[in-house]
Amino acid sequence: MAEALLEIRDLKIEATSYPPGERPRDVVLVDGVSLTLQKGRVLGLIGESGAGKSTIGLSAMAYGRGGVRLTGGTIRLRGDEIRTASAAGLRAIRGQRVTYVAQSAAAAFNPAKKLMEQVIETTLLHGLASRTEAEARAVALFAKLGLPNPDTFGQRFPHQVSGGQLQRAMTAMALCPKPDLVIFDEPTTALDVTTQIDVLAAIKEAIRDTGVGALYITHDLAVVAQVSDDIMVLRHGKMVEYGSVDQIINAPREAYTQALISVRQMEHPEKPAEAPVVLSVGQVTARYRGTHFDVLKNVSVDLRAGQTLAVVGESGSGKSTLARAITGLLPPRSGTIRFAGRELSRDLAGRSKDDLRELQMIYQMADVAMNPRHTVGQIIGRPLEFYFGLKGAAKQTRIQQLLDEIEMGRGFADRYPAELSGGQKQRVCIARALAAKPRLIICDEVTSALDPLVADGILKLLLDLQKVEGVAYLFITHDLATVKAIADSIAVMYRGAVVRYGAKSDVLAPPYDDYTDLLLSSVPEMRLGWLEEVIASRRMESAGN
Amino acid sequence: MHPVVKLVAQRIALGMLLLLAASVLIFAGTQILPGDVAQAILGQQATPVALANLRAQMGLDQPAYIRYFEWLFGVLHGDLGHSLANGQDVAGEIMGRLGNTLFLASTAAVIAVPTAILLGLVSVRYQGRWPDKVISAVTLSTVSVPEFLLGYILMYLFAVEYPIAPSVAMVDDTMGLLAKLHAVLLPATVLVLVVLGHMMRMTRAAILNVMQSAYIETAELKGIRPFLVIFRHAFPNAISPVVNVVMINLAYLVVGVVVVEVVFVYPGMGQYLVDHVAKRDVPVVQACGLVFAAIYIGLNMLADVISILANPRLRHPK
Amino acid sequence: MRRIPLSALIGLVITAAYLLAALFAPLIAPYGMADVVGGVWEPSSSQFWLGTDGIGRDVLTRMIYGGQTTIAVALAATILSFTTGSILGFTAAVVGGWVDQLLSRFIDLVMAIPTLIFALVVLSVMPVTMLTLILVMGLLDSTRVFRLARAVAVDIAVMDYVEAARLRGERRGWIIFREILPNALSPLVAEMGMRFIFQVLFISTLSFLGLGVQPPLADWGGIVKENKDGIVYGIPAALYPAIAIATLAISVNLVADWILNRTTSLKGGRNG
Repeated sequence: MAEALLEIRDLKIEATSYPPGERPRDVVLVDGVSLTLQKGRVLGLIGESGAGKSTIGLSAMAYGRGGVRLTGGTIRLRGDEIRTASAAGLRAIRGQRVTYVAQSAAAAFNPAKKLMEQVIETTLLHGLASRTEAEARAVALFAKLGLPNPDTFGQRFPHQVSGGQLQRAMTAMALCPKPDLVIFDEPTTALDVTTQIDVLAAIKEAIRDTGVGALYITHDLAVVAQVSDDIMVLRHGKMVEYGSVDQIINAPREAYTQALISVRQMEHPEKPAEAPVVLSVGQVTARYRGTHFDVLKNVSVDLRAGQTLAVVGESGSGKSTLARAITGLLPPRSGTIRFAGRELSRDLAGRSKDDLRELQMIYQMADVAMNPRHTVGQIIGRPLEFYFGLKGAAKQTRIQQLLDEIEMGRGFADRYPAELSGGQKQRVCIARALAAKPRLIICDEVTSALDPLVADGILKLLLDLQKVEGVAYLFITHDLATVKAIADSIAVMYRGAVVRYGAKSDVLAPPYDDYTDLLLSSVPEMRLGWLEEVIASRRMESAGN
Repeated sequence: MHPVVKLVAQRIALGMLLLLAASVLIFAGTQILPGDVAQAILGQQATPVALANLRAQMGLDQPAYIRYFEWLFGVLHGDLGHSLANGQDVAGEIMGRLGNTLFLASTAAVIAVPTAILLGLVSVRYQGRWPDKVISAVTLSTVSVPEFLLGYILMYLFAVEYPIAPSVAMVDDTMGLLAKLHAVLLPATVLVLVVLGHMMRMTRAAILNVMQSAYIETAELKGIRPFLVIFRHAFPNAISPVVNVVMINLAYLVVGVVVVEVVFVYPGMGQYLVDHVAKRDVPVVQACGLVFAAIYIGLNMLADVISILANPRLRHPK
Repeated sequence: MRRIPLSALIGLVITAAYLLAALFAPLIAPYGMADVVGGVWEPSSSQFWLGTDGIGRDVLTRMIYGGQTTIAVALAATILSFTTGSILGFTAAVVGGWVDQLLSRFIDLVMAIPTLIFALVVLSVMPVTMLTLILVMGLLDSTRVFRLARAVAVDIAVMDYVEAARLRGERRGWIIFREILPNALSPLVAEMGMRFIFQVLFISTLSFLGLGVQPPLADWGGIVKENKDGIVYGIPAALYPAIAIATLAISVNLVADWILNRTTSLKGGRNG
């Protein structure tokens, strides 16, 4: 058998952690991981945050980010041990034999240099080709990756092209020196779903055509199923399961893998449209101060008591702006917002305490939604005190009740937000909203920053609370799996307008409008060959037109 | 019009406006005294005749805004008024002294700026290791001593104990460049030491900030040598923060000059200003204040203009 | 409780020593502040540890009393600049709109003139008293505190938890004092150390120029002025304030650094 392209044995990676108030200590990030990658194959590394997947990916370049140390095991590239290689030896490998595609190309490109300069830099630096050859190679790669005007594309600066284009340019940069191995580190995670599918297809094609080996790192199993030959599932720096893509997706052995696969497949039966309308947004148009462009255009939606309206759209669709308009943070220029049978004042200052109490909000980043200097008890207790005048033992009892409701139990009231996990933080934010006994909670991308399993837990909790408390949710999200899991009705937004609105069963059933069709068909599905099918059907459609 | 041209023009116009407003503030600063300025200048023992003379000379019988506009009109025509102490033409006095001050300040700047940037780069390259720590410790001690004391320490060491330079920095127009440089050796060294610490620390911070960007990791992952990473990838992005640092420190240097000139009895603007503050010679103080403010505002404006020019997003709009 | 690093400990001890010496100057100083007790510029001896000054006063005594004056004036000016600067800065950040514009532009204008130059301009007509000095120094420096306080508060004011408090209907007082202030305190306290040092240097410079503390009152800058002529005869009396100011400045810097580092590690919260 030929020598493996990359062979990692018993890899151990450590870092020094500096917990506040304690002495620094060493923590093991990755332990006992072994993998083999043959030339021209793609290995997917998958796991939740903290699984060590990026750390392992970078170890293939013998690189430790921010003080991370590769302390044990062997990393062989075509048989050469690189973990213990000298700095000069590593420079000959990095950027030449192994290259890297980062999650955020927008940050990874140098803003002061033209794209072409950066794309061909390594090729020139390592003396792999002349400038003319390198530029020709780059232009060919731009064309292959479907970038517009490949001949002149390289003359632009990074800030002059879109996010999806930058991600492809970064792939071109990685492929230009004709490496043996490319590390893709969540290359499509920061992109909108309709952009992701094109970039994904471009990357897959480029890998196939150039015959490089690749490590593909992602948290999204459906994505990795499209591009990988093999998959390694990681958790807390250890290997959980390692097998062919077919085996992992269709016959997972480990419970954790099974959980990852079944995640985000929650289905929530739609409630009948019987309850009275609690929130009615009528013909709302809004723009930000000092701009001349409406970010909301005649938006009208209704939400029934105790139900969930999912507002779905990509970045720039105006979905979060809608939340700001409803809460009064961005007073609309025209239109009405009726809530619980009364018309709400357009701006915050004109609303009564009851208006404010009955309309609560939960944010995407629970981290910055809680004052880091307040304890959990203070955070949940404040609305109790503010709206209901609760004090002393009565307040403490109610705080504990709320903590029980969000399934956090005893001992949390005295903790600070920094001591909680991401999921726990979001639960505390939910408790703070519930403390006000609201009729409506606006949930702005509340699960987007969480790992899928944790996000599922939060969605289940929200659904349970809705049954008990009868609260309505206006649920803002970009993620269609979340929509299916929680919505009773759906509004699809695109460029500031609602393009499709109705009961979930109606919105998610054909015939579709063009945008909803594009959106729905772009969501990766957890099965092999999905990407090819979609791309093929889109090509047929465009050929048919 | 190209947006950069527009921005630069705006910034220059803003600088002019700021200078005008600063002139109001400087003028107002000498008017805020609750009582009679003439009385304050001459003291309690002044005779009524002397008071009346001074009032007339300063035009105190007119409202403040009229005096301001008369003053401003004079300034715009190169007339800075006459000294109350000796009746000399202030503009003429300042011309000669400004040259001396700028000579001293630019000598210091020519040494300090490249040294500071180089030390900043070395500190970044060896961050957390001994070269960084040594530079950091030395500069921390030089910025912790006021410039006049640093002046006397150097004077004590290098003019008295090991005499290699004069303790009094006298220069005049008959001297050659070399003689002049020898005369300002100690004051220039003081200025260099004072400003070097600040400039080096701020340069280090500015470059470190850039070094934490994701594109620097990209460059490292391309197998580029550390010094090349700094020069090719960090430096173009650090130009604007570093230029800002340099300008802030040059502005600071212009102020530090005031004190250092007094220490070494150097015939410059600073010495002139301080002498006449003690004599309560308002026209001289106003004129010197305005000149210092103009240099300070000019340097800050230059820093902003260079930042605008160095910003790729502004230079190459979408 | 977190362990105090050695550097911060040294800083704390020296800073405390200076403060105590200033506070108990009459008890510690060997002689009276303005007493002529020996010859002119006597060298250091067991009788006069640091020698005598230009008119025969004990330099150690002058240094101790000088520290008292310098530290007191600098502290008073720092407190003035902090209260003025941070109240205005927070107000500008939270109220926003034209109030913010007006304050910020005015501060920009004052800062367009170098502090020392502006102080000299004002002192050319004002009577030089302690009160004038503290007012001029404190108010001029409050511009820097304003900028920092405003910047810190603006950063915090855009946080979701502040928005959540606004949506809850909280009053402005709660938002400033309960949501913003606790998070802004540490950088401000660290900055306070830097501002104090700046004031020590500032008052010393003014006194050295003859425009600060007036004789016979002792202060560190004045001691330099009184003894500077001795330098050319090799008499180091004028250099002692350098040691005092430098050690005080470095100590306060070390403490401020520690406070700032402690804050960032708290704020970081990257322990997940």
